[in-house]
Amino acid sequence: MNFLDSPLSKPAPYVVAPIEHRFDPYEDNGGTSVAIAGEDFCVVASDTRQSNGYMINSRYAPKAYKMSSTAVLSCNGFHADGVTLKKVLEQRMKMYKYSHDKDMSVTALAQMLSNTLYQRRFFPYYAFCLLGGVDADGKGAVYCYDSVGSFERENYRTSGSASALIQPFLDNQVGRKNQQNASTAPLTLEAVLRITKDAFTSATERDIHTGDNLQIFVITRDGVEEQNFPLKKD
Amino acid sequence: MAPQQVKPVGGFSFENYTRNAVLETKGAKPPKATSTGTTIVGVIYDKGVCLGADTRATEGPIVADKNCEKIHYLAPNLYCCGAGTAADTEFTTNSISSQLELHRLSTGRKTRVVTAMTLLKQMLFRYQGHIGAALVLGGYDINGPQLYTIYPHGSTDKLPYVTMGSGSLAAMSVFESKWRPNLTREEAIAIVSEAIEAGIFNDLGSGSNVDVCVIEENSTDYLRNHVRPNERGIKEQSYRYPRGTTAILKESIRNFVDVVEGDAMDMS
Repeated sequence: MNFLDSPLSKPAPYVVAPIEHRFDPYEDNGGTSVAIAGEDFCVVASDTRQSNGYMINSRYAPKAYKMSSTAVLSCNGFHADGVTLKKVLEQRMKMYKYSHDKDMSVTALAQMLSNTLYQRRFFPYYAFCLLGGVDADGKGAVYCYDSVGSFERENYRTSGSASALIQPFLDNQVGRKNQQNASTAPLTLEAVLRITKDAFTSATERDIHTGDNLQIFVITRDGVEEQNFPLKKD
Repeated sequence: MAPQQVKPVGGFSFENYTRNAVLETKGAKPPKATSTGTTIVGVIYDKGVCLGADTRATEGPIVADKNCEKIHYLAPNLYCCGAGTAADTEFTTNSISSQLELHRLSTGRKTRVVTAMTLLKQMLFRYQGHIGAALVLGGYDINGPQLYTIYPHGSTDKLPYVTMGSGSLAAMSVFESKWRPNLTREEAIAIVSEAIEAGIFNDLGSGSNVDVCVIEENSTDYLRNHVRPNERGIKEQSYRYPRGTTAILKESIRNFVDVVEGDAMDMS
């Protein structure tokens, strides 16, 4: 048989096979945040390591931002979405200021953050936020969110890669859970700072995505103060 | 008659293989093994070979062991660094170490590096990469200092300086910028330590301390925790609970012995 007559020489019939398209717009940049509300203050702390897989992108990439003189926002998850979310919030805070001629309270900002997140319900910001500050009554406030805007006011909370390691520690030391005859006196700022630092040094020991530096914001009626501490770099 | 299932006399047991394959199709997740992240290196110098390893073992993103040993004993003149699945590196080196000991007893000669290398690669090739052991083998025999890398599928390289594991790129960058032929013992230890530290600080799968092993013609020095660049600082406060913090839900005290009053002991 001539080769041209053989079935091998005929081109295969064209079939429309499904082409796999994939769009992976998200990354997990690791890192951990803690927010604790006191009587008349609030502490928001985040490590500054930014990583991807086994790589360190940056040893100093802050993910907690001062939003106003009474509020600090920290965004875990995908760093780029955290930055964008912060930018959008700042824009909307300006709009509020121009419309109402006053700064937003944390309470108002908390609701606006929820609305901003839910607006992206079907293409969410991959950001797990903690919002800390002092409310209109001068009391410490912590708001925590999921990525699509469900939120709740709490007294203390951690989120991010080492949250499963830190939350039970906070439940015990701040919430005084599982302790008999424990003091019910509110924690002082000094005690909260000690607990926060120990939470991060311990999380750094066991979570590979947490480390490098610790950025702590202390929010009081008088404004926001920032402190920095080194963490282990391995 | 139904076929009789005969248990194998040695080696791995595959009796749960079919069951597990079925379970996996039904959505069961297979168990996860410890440690994929590691930095291990080796370098040949003028009169010996120097091996190095970090000491972090991981389970996903969690540090399972902060100070584990990754440089394994094969023979008095032969050591082997392991990366990959912790259990596989441990059991493979143990098994080959045992075979080498019997070989020495039978031949009465010092083990050669190629012997260990061949045994390791043949075993790993037989298991077609399912034994996830990536090794750096170093030793000294009548042919002088030798260094090999052995991959999980059984291929080998014979090179003057090698790195392996997730931190291998960080470590190799140190070798590629600082290595030169005929290093001294001190220079070899220094370059190995620096390569491991590059892995410790730049690879999240590696961390904690530097272990070093130096093998020469008539000596083997295992320098456990040769460098400790990651000591944990002191905590801000004590977390000791006062007595009575833990609730007692139920208390029951029972006598298991009957105490019978006897006569007073004669003390005279």
